[in-house]
This record gives sequence, C-alpha cells and structure tokens, in this order.
Amino acid sequence: MSESEDVHAYTVRLELTDRPGELLRALEPIAETGGNLLSIFHERGNLTPRGDIPVEVDLEATPERFEQIVDALKAADITVIEAGSDRYSEEIVVVLVGHLVETDLSHTLSQIQEASGASIKDFALSAPEGENAESSARLRMATEAGKSEQILAAIREIAGDKELSVIEPLGEVDR
Amino acid sequence: MKLAVLGAGAVGSSVAELASQYGHTITALADSQSAVVDADGIDVDSALARKQAEGIVGDAEPEEALSASYDVLVEATPTTLGEAEPGFTHVTEALNRDKHVVLANKGPVAERYGEVREAEQDSEGTVLFEATVGGAMPVLSTIADFDADKITAVRGVLNGTANFILSRMAAEGLGYEHVLAEAQDLGVAETDPSFDVDGTDAALKCVILANVLSEGEECTLEDAVVEGIRDLPSSALDLANEDGKTIRLIGEVSDDGVRVGPRLIEENTALTVTGTRNIVQVETTHAGVLNISGRGAGGPETASAVFADIGRLPNQ
Repeated sequence: MSESEDVHAYTVRLELTDRPGELLRALEPIAETGGNLLSIFHERGNLTPRGDIPVEVDLEATPERFEQIVDALKAADITVIEAGSDRYSEEIVVVLVGHLVETDLSHTLSQIQEASGASIKDFALSAPEGENAESSARLRMATEAGKSEQILAAIREIAGDKELSVIEPLGEVDR
Repeated sequence: MKLAVLGAGAVGSSVAELASQYGHTITALADSQSAVVDADGIDVDSALARKQAEGIVGDAEPEEALSASYDVLVEATPTTLGEAEPGFTHVTEALNRDKHVVLANKGPVAERYGEVREAEQDSEGTVLFEATVGGAMPVLSTIADFDADKITAVRGVLNGTANFILSRMAAEGLGYEHVLAEAQDLGVAETDPSFDVDGTDAALKCVILANVLSEGEECTLEDAVVEGIRDLPSSALDLANEDGKTIRLIGEVSDDGVRVGPRLIEENTALTVTGTRNIVQVETTHAGVLNISGRGAGGPETASAVFADIGRLPNQ
C-alpha cells in the first residue's frame, strides 16, 4: 500500500445493543474499509445505563479510511461514543533501579510522562529492603509506533539526573 | 602443523594436551616464567605435570618459545587491556617471521585491531581469533562466511559467569552477593569477578565483533558503553519475572556502536539461555536471524576454536 506511512492508531468506543451478532456487525465496516484491527475490549458484564455493552476497538488506518470507517459504523446504526483521538499502538517496559522513593518517585513518573509524551499504563514497585534502600520499579508505557527510541532517551536523561539506572528492553530481532 | 603455545593457563594447557588428536605437534610451550622448546615436539605431559607441581613448564626462558621453530603461534596469554601486552608483541614478532598466529587472547584484537591487521598485511602469516569470541561457538567464522557486509547487527549473551549469576538470581529469588559466592564455590566465577560482572569481558568480545563487522573503522574498549550487573537488586528481577520477562547481561553491536548492559528480555526466547551457556544472534540482510549457542568458555572448549582456526589457515 502506497499510503502505508500515513497509518495511525485509533481507538473507537462503541455501545452495542445486547443482541447476538452485534459485535460482528460492528467489526465488519472496519474490516471492509481496510482498517487493521489491533485489539477489541469487550466488556460483556459491564452495561451502560441504557443496557448497552461498551466495546473499545483499537485499530490502525489512514486518516481518510478512518473517516470512512466511522461513517460506515454510523450508517449501520452503531452507536459511536468516541472516535478519532490519536492513541497508542506500541508498548515499552522498563525497570528503574535505585533510590526511587527518596528521589521522589511520583515526580520521576510525571517527569517521564511529560518529557516522553508516553502514557504510563501500569507501574509496580518492589522495595523489599524498605523504602530508604534501593528499590526497583517496573513501568509499562504506551506510545505511538516508532517513538520508542525517543522515549527511552527521555527516560535515560531523567533517570540520570536522579542517579537511577534504567534497565531497557532489548529491541526485537525475532522477526 | 608445528605449534608454539604461549600461555599455559586453562586454554594454553588444553591446546597443548589435545594438539596430537588434531594431528599437530607442540614445538614450544611457555608460561610467564618459563618455557620448554623442542623442534621435534615437546613432552606435553611432563611439561604440564611440572607446571602443576612447580609452577613452571621447563627450564628455558619464555622468549625462547617465541623464537622457536613453529608454523603457528597460539597466543593464549591472559587478556590485558590498553597496550595489550605482552600479547601484542608476541603477535607482531610471529608475523615478522611470516608465521601464522591464532589468538585466544582478546587484548590485541580488541585494543589494537588496526595495528594487528597492518602487521598481518606485511606478513606471509595469517591472524585468526575465533577463540576470542564465544569460546567454542563458531561466531567469527559464521560472520566471515556470511560476509560482514551482509550482517546488520550482532547481539547476545557473551559472558557465562554473569549469565549464571542472573539466571540463578531470577530462578531462586536470591541476592547478587549470595549467588556470586555460590558461583565462586563452583568455580564459575573467579575470586576477583570484576572482569565478568562489570561487563568488561563481554564488551571486549563485542569490540572484536565490531572490528570484524566494520573493517576500517577501528573500535576499542573505550568506545563501548558498558554497564555491569553488580548493583542489580533481586527486586528488579522479580518485577521482570512478574511480567514474563527476565534480565540478562546483553552485548550488542549495531550501527549505534557497542553496548553492554543488563537488559529486559522476554523470558522464553532464544536469548534467554540459562547457566553458563552463551548465545549470539546474528542479524543478516538476506537470511533473517541466526542463533549460535554453546559453551562460551573453558579450556577444551576454547581450544576447539583454536584448532578450528588452525584448520582454516592457508597453505597447509
């Protein structure tokens, strides 16, 4: 595809009527319009006040195709709650080691979030020796495709200022 | 072939001991204090027995081994940094005499690669050093076969001691000091483990790889970004483990240079070898990724790579 470099990741939030076949009906316009499905989050047990089922769909498409997808969904009478906001399609996990608590962990995290533009999806701290000793933290961040190197550079710098070490992920080679 | 072996440590001794099985004759063997020389072949067993008992291999001066009669000089003295002496002088002196050189000592090809290559150009002799990267594993010969031009990156676990420590810490939830002491008891780690746990040994191997991959642009240890595993708390391994990952000391050679440090990797991939095992991944332009795994250290293992090199020498 010649337009492949212009592909973005999108998240669409839908509300589906609790009826067999509805999910398939919602996904069809995406597939038919050439969107690439990344993930589907289907909360079967969590109903909206109207009794509908919220579904979150992550997909990749060019901006033009994304517009067509949203139009096709609406034309099929599917409730689109939110669409469009450029979202994240890649994940990076790093482990930070050092005096994390003493060097103000929440400050470190917000600095990382600000400087890198990544969103921290989850976070775990392990401080078996107590909060004043060295501890480790695992950060899972969501980012746009192709931004990993930039984000790692930002983390390296912030960690360097606080004398923390960063255990970085190894780039994928098993293609 | 007639071999002169410099260095009578684990590798040198194994080369001397196994040479006859590969059809070679040892005409000289030296350690740092002494040498034994005989153009018809030395008595290897008694030289090694004497090394055990008295700490010397014979009554000759070490320099006599260098000037002895031989086809191939096997340089297996301890790796030294910076000037890489006395290994570097041994290499150039053999080349000046138009003899072949097979290195197990990383120093000369890591720290003075350009000078070694220059000396080789002026000589009838050839320099090979498979044993310097990954012990028994055929890493450099694979790179040569595939052509350095067609290789985009090399990465892997290149130090068995560090890998043993990290895989044991991960599996048992034990601390660094505890596992290090255990490794020392088992003979997996040396009394002074710095070379291994600070990443220096892995970095030297990566520097050699970088030199081979980028003919012309010389790299030394100073150009490498190196981080060790001494300060790695077991809590970091626990957190990695909770997420289906682990931490290993990984050496990487790419367009971005040479980098060695603890890295997060998926728990069940080719790279996550356990114990003292090593692995090298070669990323090729036309053939995807090759994994070469095996024993990266040890006397007979490293000697095997030395014999493989001797077999590759021209004009036999």
